Amino acid sequence: MLTERRTLLTGAAALAAMPARAQANTLRIGVMTDMSGTYRDPTGPGSVACTEQAVAEFQGRGLTVEVLRADHQNRPDVGSNIARQWFDQGVDAIVDVPTSSVALAINQIAREKNKVFLNSGAATSDLTGPACSPNTVHWTYDTYMLAKSTGGALTRAGGDSWFFITADYAFGHALQRDTAAFVEAAGGRVAGAVRYPFPATTDFSSFMVQAQASRAKVLGLANAGTDTLNTIKQAREFGLTSRMKIAGLLLSMAEVHALGLETAQGLVLTEPFYWNANDRTRAFTTRVRPRMPNGWPPMQIQAGCYAVTTHYLKAVADMGLAAAKASGTEAVARMKAMPTDDDAFGVGRIRADGRKIHPTYLWEVKTPRESTGPWDYYKLAATTPAEEAFRPQAEGGCALVRS
Amino acid sequence: MDEIFGIPAPLLFGQLLLGLINGAFYALLSLGLAVIFGMLNVINFSHGAQFMLGAFVAWMLLEWLGIGYWWALLLAPVIVGAFGILLERTMIARLYKLDHLYGLLLTFGLGLIIEGLARNEFGSSGLPYRIPPELTGAWDLGFMFMPVYRGWVVVVAVVMCLATWLVIEKTKIGSYLRAATENPALVQAFGVNVPRMMTLTYGAGVALAAFAGVLAAPIYSVNPQMGSNLIIIVFAVVVIGGMGSILGSVVTGFGLGIVEGLTKVWYPEASSTVIFVVMAIVLLARPAGLFGRS
Repeated sequence: MLTERRTLLTGAAALAAMPARAQANTLRIGVMTDMSGTYRDPTGPGSVACTEQAVAEFQGRGLTVEVLRADHQNRPDVGSNIARQWFDQGVDAIVDVPTSSVALAINQIAREKNKVFLNSGAATSDLTGPACSPNTVHWTYDTYMLAKSTGGALTRAGGDSWFFITADYAFGHALQRDTAAFVEAAGGRVAGAVRYPFPATTDFSSFMVQAQASRAKVLGLANAGTDTLNTIKQAREFGLTSRMKIAGLLLSMAEVHALGLETAQGLVLTEPFYWNANDRTRAFTTRVRPRMPNGWPPMQIQAGCYAVTTHYLKAVADMGLAAAKASGTEAVARMKAMPTDDDAFGVGRIRADGRKIHPTYLWEVKTPRESTGPWDYYKLAATTPAEEAFRPQAEGGCALVRS
Repeated sequence: MDEIFGIPAPLLFGQLLLGLINGAFYALLSLGLAVIFGMLNVINFSHGAQFMLGAFVAWMLLEWLGIGYWWALLLAPVIVGAFGILLERTMIARLYKLDHLYGLLLTFGLGLIIEGLARNEFGSSGLPYRIPPELTGAWDLGFMFMPVYRGWVVVVAVVMCLATWLVIEKTKIGSYLRAATENPALVQAFGVNVPRMMTLTYGAGVALAAFAGVLAAPIYSVNPQMGSNLIIIVFAVVVIGGMGSILGSVVTGFGLGIVEGLTKVWYPEASSTVIFVVMAIVLLARPAGLFGRS
């Protein structure tokens, strides 16, 4: 009886010691993303697959890496709970986190716990502005860069009067405000704007008629996801596409795929990554595709998860696992000190404010005739060089830059 | 006569017409809900999911079997209606004797499950579905640009609403149905198979939702959450019209479409709220709804 209890106790002690031992020589990365909501297709399981791809390609360099996953349901409270639990259980870095409100919450927690936050999915430029943190890297895109690329380039190309259809909440307002600033800076003007209730609107026909009456040359869509799909579908139905250029200010390949080329042709949008852009992106796509849900090619945010994880692993290998696990600030500082280079985004760097710098591309969606195969969707319309693509550091209001 | 309340007259007429078109959708969707509630006393919360299924079945017919829009308009309601009958036979029929709340919870749960399964299978961003070639294009009405497809939606919706109303109010089957709602035991005593009639009624209500789904597929995004976005407004329509009143939901559907359309011109930010403001006012003045019997 006594022996039995002793064996049990020893067993329990061994069990308790195991995670600690595993933690000491294992790097743990948690992918927190939208697995069940609106943003599932451009992020979700694809983000997990791309993160795992980065880890797989890093094998054989003496690092043991474990990848975890969680669904934040686009809710800051759910995301915060998972983050605290993960960090307390020895997770070293959180990857992806679409939905700006959740990302801002995780940004705070990672700083508090001195861990690493590698954001790919969120849009808000506040992550590298007023809310910037020495523990955070913001990789793929942000609202400022979208507004500058789409707003600026279209206005210079002759689209000098704009009508906005805007989702009536913080994200929509910010996107419209930023884009309008670039339109006006490039010599254009805003002919009108409507704000519609979010998320309770499915019919946009009334706004189509108002947009037509404004005689603007460009219809700017300051919304996202399903709303953007509905707006574009109905713009085509009401014949707007023959008179106006339609600019989706936050539009990704998932939406273009959902619309089909027949409806999506001629749209312009900004993405820093497109799978069919060059030899390196195609090579990356070929490697990762077997892991992707439904065998889809990776989208920009998912590719961002691959790239940011790759760079993080390089930094960890460079500084040593123990040092990287001990301080998130040090790990991010090392990431900033090293130039980035990966197949998805090419050569680049991370600024002091945590912003990853790379060129951005304005794409035009091909017509069904121009498309040569499945997922052949874009042709290049304009390129913004890396150093001009993002908000200048001095204008962001990030405390890390001033000090 | 150039401006009415500061709005150019042509724009106003355009908005009135568009309001009518949206109203047609509300009317068609709330019709199915009203039929199910009026006859079965079940608050069918899976109506939105069944509307979504209609659009998805239309997409599957086209993508997997090459069957186009016109046949889908007939087949999708039949397929989804049959699925509804299966649900009614296996689950919903067991709840008729219990409080409304149980039916509500069951159908709400079913709706969530159907939506979740669709999202797992097809993703969240949606599927492409085009306007049939016969109905593409638009008429220039002078004051606005009117897509042919929208005109078609209004015509079909009006015909469908009228037909449903006629069947329930003016035919023998309809009179059995109304009698069975009042006193099922007595109607059964006359040799009418009441349970089977209930099953078919539920199937018909679900088929109406699926029919609206096929109509919506070419103009709204076909995605798993398309039903849940619309269903709250449709419930408000049914409540304002008077729970279970068919005429009420049709008239209210069109009426609220117009109210919403006008709000979109004067103050678009309030266009979704205005329906609930109307609902609150109506419920204060007439708790049973505009056409309801208390």
